[in-house]
Formats: sequence, structure tokens, C-alpha cells
Amino acid sequence: MDPLLRIVDLHKRFGETEVLCGIDLEVPRTQKVAIIGPSGSGKTTLLRCVNYLEKPTSGHVYIDGTLIGEKHKNGAYVHLSDRELAKERAEIGFVFQRFNLFPHLTALANVAIAPRRVLGLGLQEAEARAREMLTKVGLGHKFDAFPERLSGGQQQRVAIARVLAMQPKLMLFDEATSALDPELIGEVLRVIRQLAEEGRTMIMVTHEIQFATEVADRVIFMDGGRIVEEGPPDAVIRNPSQARTRAFLTRLSER
Amino acid sequence: MIEFLDVYRQHFGEWVPELLVACIGTLQLMALSFMLAAIIGLAIALMRVSRSRLLQAIAVVYVEVMRGMPALVILFLIYFGLGGLGIEWLKFTSYQAAVLGLGLQGGAVLGEVFRSGIEALHSGQMEAALSLGMAPATAMRWIILPQAGRIVLPPVANYAIGLLKDTAICAIIAAPELMLRAKDIASSSFRPMHLFVLAAILYFIMSYPLSIMARRLEARLARDR
Amino acid sequence: MPAAAPNFWVVFWAKLPYFLSVLLGAAGTTIKVMLGALAVALTLGLIVALLKLARLVPLRWIANVYIEVMRGTPALTQLFIIYFGLSDLGIDIPPVPAAIIGLGMNGAAYVAEIYRAGILAIHEGQVEAALSLGMTPINAMRFIILPQAIRLMLPPLCNYAVSLLKDTSLASVVAAPEIMFFARQLVTETLLSMDIYLVVAVLYLCMSIPMSRLVAYLERARRAWQ
Repeated sequence: MDPLLRIVDLHKRFGETEVLCGIDLEVPRTQKVAIIGPSGSGKTTLLRCVNYLEKPTSGHVYIDGTLIGEKHKNGAYVHLSDRELAKERAEIGFVFQRFNLFPHLTALANVAIAPRRVLGLGLQEAEARAREMLTKVGLGHKFDAFPERLSGGQQQRVAIARVLAMQPKLMLFDEATSALDPELIGEVLRVIRQLAEEGRTMIMVTHEIQFATEVADRVIFMDGGRIVEEGPPDAVIRNPSQARTRAFLTRLSER
Repeated sequence: MIEFLDVYRQHFGEWVPELLVACIGTLQLMALSFMLAAIIGLAIALMRVSRSRLLQAIAVVYVEVMRGMPALVILFLIYFGLGGLGIEWLKFTSYQAAVLGLGLQGGAVLGEVFRSGIEALHSGQMEAALSLGMAPATAMRWIILPQAGRIVLPPVANYAIGLLKDTAICAIIAAPELMLRAKDIASSSFRPMHLFVLAAILYFIMSYPLSIMARRLEARLARDR
Repeated sequence: MPAAAPNFWVVFWAKLPYFLSVLLGAAGTTIKVMLGALAVALTLGLIVALLKLARLVPLRWIANVYIEVMRGTPALTQLFIIYFGLSDLGIDIPPVPAAIIGLGMNGAAYVAEIYRAGILAIHEGQVEAALSLGMTPINAMRFIILPQAIRLMLPPLCNYAVSLLKDTSLASVVAAPEIMFFARQLVTETLLSMDIYLVVAVLYLCMSIPMSRLVAYLERARRAWQ
């Protein structure tokens, strides 16, 4: 059985700076991966390369055995346009740090719009699914609210529901709680934990080390664009073998 | 002063109806040019934000050229310039030339307005839409443009007011609108001051409601933020 | 394209030196009218802006009426009133001064709004800070508010100058000897309308595009400074 996600020798350069220096990664189905590391380590860039919001400078990404984001043209690999990428992206869910809800749509419409306009569901069906997802994240009473009326935690939960409505194979969380006030983080982590228990394949870039320990099957520590250390949470977090990992975790706990 | 106003009393009945009819011509001209400008403007804005370097370049050149010339020159180029080439289908009437000229220049102005509306939106919106699997065109249609539309309303309203006033320039190529009528009556009655002041009042009456609306739109947008 | 096409360009290049000699001379008047109107607009605009910011209601009212009327009527109509209308009443103003006054008065309304926006944009807290440091209101104006306000106002004022350059073409209808006026004469003389208006278009572009570039540069410099 192919791993759900396979990343082969991924490099990403922004101008002069190399942000990803050769990442190899395989994520089997139902695995929950937490990626931790200092800012600038490339964790967010790595995540954004998976759904091709960033186009890698070199290297390949395979979802379910299929190469995504590129096609063969005249013997070389060529990046796909956003239009061609749409199909592939519909199967990957991405939750942003800043939610990126659509302000001109209600919570219900936010969740229903992609099923309608991308999957082609009818209005009734799309809205029914949207209601189901919003209830699942605990916002069954906020269908008609506009994003500006929702708290940060509620907005992020709508964003998660929006992704769930597309029934993705893989879910990516880009520091989903970093932009939230401390008292609102809990409600979002609760939802993420619930999704983890349902057996979804998830990759979470996060600063919430405690949460990562509880929910993740596997923790990856990145620094300077490379994977420095990885393994089960007990190993990487409780008993890191690399000095850099230790330094990072110590700095974090001092906050 | 009294004699000045007296002239109005004498001629009110014959001047005002004619001028009012001409006002309709002005408003029609404005409406047609506006629609043309809006269509061209949307096309230009989309070209500007597109991935294609060629489309971007075309849009940039179009805007620079159209905005770098006086409207009068554009009108003259179309009416006298194209008309003088001897090719039948390029011989526009003054009204057609007026709509075309104002519309083409307006397209450049509105193109920039629409573009800044689109760019004002947080790039996160586009990324969220693309991540959900929307094609760029779908994202534009349902997420970006609806929001941009709201943002651009005040500058578009201001453009409309400017357009109304620019229709007066079309009198110079003899397009049937208010200024031309006023000029004609002024020459035949030898009362330029009276007629141009009357024309000014009529323009003011036509533009004032638009001004109020534009200001209200600006206030509403500022409040919503 | 009919057989006229190859002849068009042949004639065009042959006549170009003559057209340019006439039109470049006229460009001098164009610039004169523009600078004159700019001066009128900047000074009158300042007066109107100060009136609008005044404490006495009647003063503010005068300013508001002026701005509404000037912005609610076409510049062309205003030019007609000043040149043809006043002449009808016995006041004869020659073409170039009429154009300068007309475009200047029109512009003053826009410039006044630019001044006002610039001054109001400076945070009230700065005025308070300046005053609490012991500065007189005039010194606060001189050293704190105006320097910042001027930096804010420069780009919109330059934009106005560029549009003013284009508006000088309207002066042709009051017989001011600027580019458009001579262009139309050349056309009656030679009947080569397309040729001439193309040259005119390029002339205006050569004048306005560098000015627009300057404005864009100023905008970027301003943002960098902030």
C-alpha cells in the first residue's frame, strides 16, 4: 500500500535563500504528524508545498502514489497552473493560521461554497453537508453568522468545517492556533483532537508541544530547512537525541 | 442684475424645454459610455492581475496611453482622425465617437480602480479558495470579485460624476448633448452668459445626487471596516 | 486596408517636421497655461481650504458652496462662462488669461480638498504633544504639521498637475494658442487629420507619462519614508 503522502528530495529557494534543503518524508494513512521547530525553519513552507501553494524549486510530491503539481512535458517536469491544480487541491484540506474565511459569506455559505462550486453538489445537498460539518465542530447555532461576528476560535472552527465538507484525504494545519487568544485555543484543539481520533491523516505545524505529544503519532523537528530529528513523541520530545532539538525545546519551555 | 434676471423670465419657456431634452442626450451618452468603460475596465483589471505577462503588458500600455492623453484628443482621433481616413466603416457619427472615446478612456480609469479593488483583498482569500480546490476563475467569480465590487463603489461613483462632466467636451465634436444645445441657443439668441449659466445649473442638478450618493458610499465603506 | 495605407505613412513622415515645428511651438503655451492655472489653483485652493477649516460657520459655508459648484459643473462650461459669458457682459478677457483663470478656479476646489485631507491626516495627538511642549500654535504648524502634511499632499497634487496638463486642451475652444488649437488649424489647412492628431497624441503622452512616473516615484518614496 502506497503511503498517502510521499515527499522526495524537496528543495525550495526564495531568491538567494534556500528555505527547504532536501526534505524526504513518507506519511502512511491515518498517521498524525506534528512538525515543530523554530521560525524560519521551513515548516510552513513545507506544508504549503504539499498543496502546491508554494511551488518547489526541485523535488516531487506524491499523494496516494500519484505525482501531484507537475506534469511531464518534453521529457522534463513542468509545474501545473492553478487551474490544473484545482482538482488535486480539492482532495487536500488546508487550515490557515489566519483562518481566511470569506467575509462576504455567512458561516454556512463559507462551508457550502466549495462543495457547490467545486464538487458540483446541488444547493440543498451542499447546505445539508455544511450544516452537518458546522454542527460537528460545535457551531450548529451559528449558521447565519458572518465571520466578523465570530470569535477567533469560532472562525477557525468554521475554517475547519469548510475543509471537512470537501472530505479530503489529507488534512494540513498551518499553526492553526497561533493567531488565537489563549482562552480560545482550547476549543480549536478539541476539534482537532476529535478529528485525530476519527482516524484521519493529518500533518500539523504547531507550537503547542503538549498537544503534539497527546495527539501525534510522530513528531518531526525541523531546523534550517532540514529534518533534524523525528520519531514518536516520547522520543523526540521527552528524550531528544539531537542537541538542536534539546535547545529548541528548552527555549520553548522557558516562555 | 434685475435686467439680467429679466431675460430669463422672458425666455424661460423657450430655452428650458430644449435644454432639458438635451439633458436626456447627456444622460444617455453618460450611461452608454459608463457601460462601455465598465466592461473594458473589468477586462483590463483581469488582464492586469492575470499570470500572462503578455496580457499584463497590453493592459499596462492601454492604461498609460488612454490616461496620458486628454479626452479631447481621443475624441478627435476617433471622430476626425479615423473618419478622415476614407474608410466607410470608420466614419463614426459624433455620438458614436463620443461614446467610444469616453468609454475607451473610462475603461483605463475603471481598469485601475477595479485592479486596486482586487489587489486590496488579502491574498489569503485567494489562497483559501485555491486550497479548497477552486480553479482561479471560480475563485475570482465567487470570492474575489464580489468583495472587490463593494470596495470599488466609491471610486466608481466618483468616476461617474467625472464622466457626466466630461460629456460636455463632446460638444466640441458636435455630439448632441447639453453643452452643444446651450452653445447653439447662445449663438442664435446672443445671450451666451445666460445660457451657459443655465447649462451650469442643469449640470449641477444632474451631478448633485451622484455626489451625495458617492459620499454616502464612502461613509458606509469607512464604517464597515 | 485600401491602397491609401502605404501612402498614409509616406505622407506622414514627409510632413512630420512641419507638424512638429508648429505644434512644439504651441506646446510652450500649453505649459504656460498649465503652470498659470496651477499657481491659481494652489493659492486659491489654500484660501478655500482655510475657509473650510475656519471656525465661523458662514466662512465654512462659502467654501462648501464654492467647492460644490466648481466640482458639480464641467470645466468646459466654466471656461465658456468666463470667456464668452463675461464678454457678453462687457468684460473682455483674452484667451490665455481666461483659460488660466477658468482652469485655476476649477482646480482650486480639488486642491482645497487635498490640502484639507493632508492637514486632517496629521494625528491630533501630535498637535497636542507640540502644544504641551510649549510650542505656539503657529510653531506647531510650522515645525510639526506642515512638514508632514506637505509630504502627504505631494502625490495627489502632482496627480492634479498631470490632469491639469490634459485639461489645457479645453483652452482650444476659447482660442488659446495651445496644442489643440494649432492642431485644428493644421487640419483645416492640410486635411491630414489622422496624421496630425496622432502627433498630438504622442506629444501629450511625452509630456504626461514622465510626470506620472515622477508621481509614482514620489509615492514610493513617501511609503518608504513612512
